[in-house]
Amino acid sequence: MSRTWETPGGVHPPENKSQSMTQSIGHLPIPGTLVIPLHQHIGSPSKIDVTIGQAVLKGQTLTRATLSNNLPVHASTSGTVIAIDDQPVAHPSGLTAPCVTIASDGRDQWIEHVGVTDFRRCGPLDLLQIITDAGIAGMGGAGFPSAIKLSPSKDKAIDTLIINATECEPYITADDAAMREKAQDLIQGIEVVCHILNDPKRVVIGIEDNKPQAIKALRPYIQESSIEIVPFPTKYPSGGEKQLIYILTGREVPSGGLPIDLGMVCLNIGTLIAIKRAVIDGEPLISRITTVTGGACGVNRNYEVLIGTPISHLLTHNEFDEKNCSRLIMGGPMMGFSLTSTDVPVVKTTSCILAPGHSEIPADTPAQACIRCGLCAEACPVSLLPQQLFWYAQAKDQERLEAHNLFDCIECGACSYVCPSNIPLVQHYRSSKGEIRKANIDKIDADNARQRFEFRKLRLEQADEQRQAKREARRLVTEQARATSNTSQPGSSAADIIAAAQQRVITKQASPEQQKAKFERALLAAQSRLQEAEKRLIEATTNGSKQQQTICSASVESARQKVDQTQYRLRELTD
Amino acid sequence: MIDSIAQQPMLAALIALVSLGMVFGALLGFAAEKFKVQGDPIVEQIDNLLPQTQCGQCGFPGCRPYAQSIADGDAINKCPPGGQNTINSIANLLDVPAPALDEEHGEEEEIKTIAYIREDECIGCTKCIQACPVDAILGAAKLMHTVIVSECTGCDLCVEPCPVDCIDMLPVVQGIVQWHWPNPPTTIDLIATSKMSSQEDAA
Repeated sequence: MSRTWETPGGVHPPENKSQSMTQSIGHLPIPGTLVIPLHQHIGSPSKIDVTIGQAVLKGQTLTRATLSNNLPVHASTSGTVIAIDDQPVAHPSGLTAPCVTIASDGRDQWIEHVGVTDFRRCGPLDLLQIITDAGIAGMGGAGFPSAIKLSPSKDKAIDTLIINATECEPYITADDAAMREKAQDLIQGIEVVCHILNDPKRVVIGIEDNKPQAIKALRPYIQESSIEIVPFPTKYPSGGEKQLIYILTGREVPSGGLPIDLGMVCLNIGTLIAIKRAVIDGEPLISRITTVTGGACGVNRNYEVLIGTPISHLLTHNEFDEKNCSRLIMGGPMMGFSLTSTDVPVVKTTSCILAPGHSEIPADTPAQACIRCGLCAEACPVSLLPQQLFWYAQAKDQERLEAHNLFDCIECGACSYVCPSNIPLVQHYRSSKGEIRKANIDKIDADNARQRFEFRKLRLEQADEQRQAKREARRLVTEQARATSNTSQPGSSAADIIAAAQQRVITKQASPEQQKAKFERALLAAQSRLQEAEKRLIEATTNGSKQQQTICSASVESARQKVDQTQYRLRELTD
Repeated sequence: MIDSIAQQPMLAALIALVSLGMVFGALLGFAAEKFKVQGDPIVEQIDNLLPQTQCGQCGFPGCRPYAQSIADGDAINKCPPGGQNTINSIANLLDVPAPALDEEHGEEEEIKTIAYIREDECIGCTKCIQACPVDAILGAAKLMHTVIVSECTGCDLCVEPCPVDCIDMLPVVQGIVQWHWPNPPTTIDLIATSKMSSQEDAA
């Protein structure tokens, strides 16, 4: 048996796992409507690919991945798309997000799908594409696209595959149930992943020792293979990726780093089963195993639930007693969050719906003053100083919070759990983390704005300079012109300028001979026009109307004047 | 020579100290020239803390002039867009007490707003483009203008010059992506006995 290491801190809350393990995994009737959020993973949202009124089949893609960190979502059952709008989703904020609503037709008709006949003949990249197209994201809680996790990295080879079967949160038994009943699928999933990772040296299933039946169920399948099952003592939170890696290998993932930095990859039970279904059966991720438990539920059981099933559908089939329910939690009691509405749908990361009774998880008691007992520091699995962080969070001292490694906090809630003053420590950290992230974004925006402002200032200054330079150039030109005219005509005054202008006019004029000839020509033309006008006047007086006579006499008069004028000018010139 | 100096300890000490002083003086003088810092680093640091909306609410034409003015001894509480956080961080940097925001210059807004042009009413006068300090408005003369949302700092300098009043300052939509956990309610400083008495008072 392999050696295990022990993480610091940790707590032992009541497990409450037996209630939901009394029955096998159940199936629920298909709900009338399914609400499928478009964005169920970490990464950018993908583009919608269906229209309202369109009929969809089970397993049909509803969105199309356009970027590498996109994942598509699929219709969980056959039916008609009745709405594409913002609906409340499973998120601690209780805010809405874009969703596709499908009215099921009850036939549950699959789209044509076919799996890979022999995955060992496929290249890793083809298999990763299948996993992406099936919309598989980490089903443990974070929802990180699995294909990205498994993608070969240039600088680090993966030599260890860790299968996270810890399930350390109280109440949740989804992975336990899956291992007991779907052990074969799980092992096939592991084989597929091993093939993608080019057969890592070590394949370990890390499991807490409170799941002996699951271990027993897996044993027969791993006799022949090199897969190890490593049970270790139950303690919360052993299921965190970094904690599990330390427990199984004794190595720590560096602060701010990822398991890949150590050449390791960590996958959840649900994710591996989904990978098996995607590759071998060709089925996309449209359902998951979810635990429905808590004192307010008459039936405590695991269900194979279609993604998009409203929580209310689950609850009504489990004899939910609303009066007895202190609050509705998605996830476990330690890291889950309260739901504000029962209309929110089950998503890829929903491992548990917990409806505890009033006595099980009472309402929050008001926080009291910190008594500096130090229990939180003992409980912290990451060896942080929760008390110090609490002071700094209250003082909003972001610099010191970061210096005390706030971002290494895994938000497990062990500190809040042990606090005798009921201080919601982990909430303070979450809120501070959010504020620091926001401050960082604001800082980037501010730097960007400064850059743009300075560039604009520079541009305006340059434009101003150019204008000044042009004005200067124009001024120089006029000055130069003035200077040249000054040198040719010294003592320039207004009179001089007028004289010069008159001179220019004279030089432009033609010589007297030319002028004389011009006037003579004009005189001849005027005389001939006069003769013609007189002729027309005679004609008009003999057989024209009164009006014609006056017009003709006027033209004769004007022609005579023209002749006189020309004669006068000619005489003036010759004199 | 050396003998005579050695016999007079006063003189020896004097020479030793003066020569040491000269050597270190020269060293310091050289360092001051060699590692000279261009510009005023404190102005740079203050400017880094200001929100860079370039709104001019402080009475200066932009954030940097105000940073310069703070370095010269102006009050640090004239920046409404930065709010109390900015005042605190500048106070922290300069090691002075942090005053409350000067209401004369405006009030701190809880939610960031950005400009929005009602595009069918825009007449294309380019006045807002000229007013925008960060070039966040796109458009040309007699053509419709629009705001580049990601670049708008929400300084509202474009609202005033618009001749047809078609610019609104709208709050930024807080979606799931922007959301973060709120602060938990503050700790009530109660001990068990005072809790009892307060309950009795209420009754």
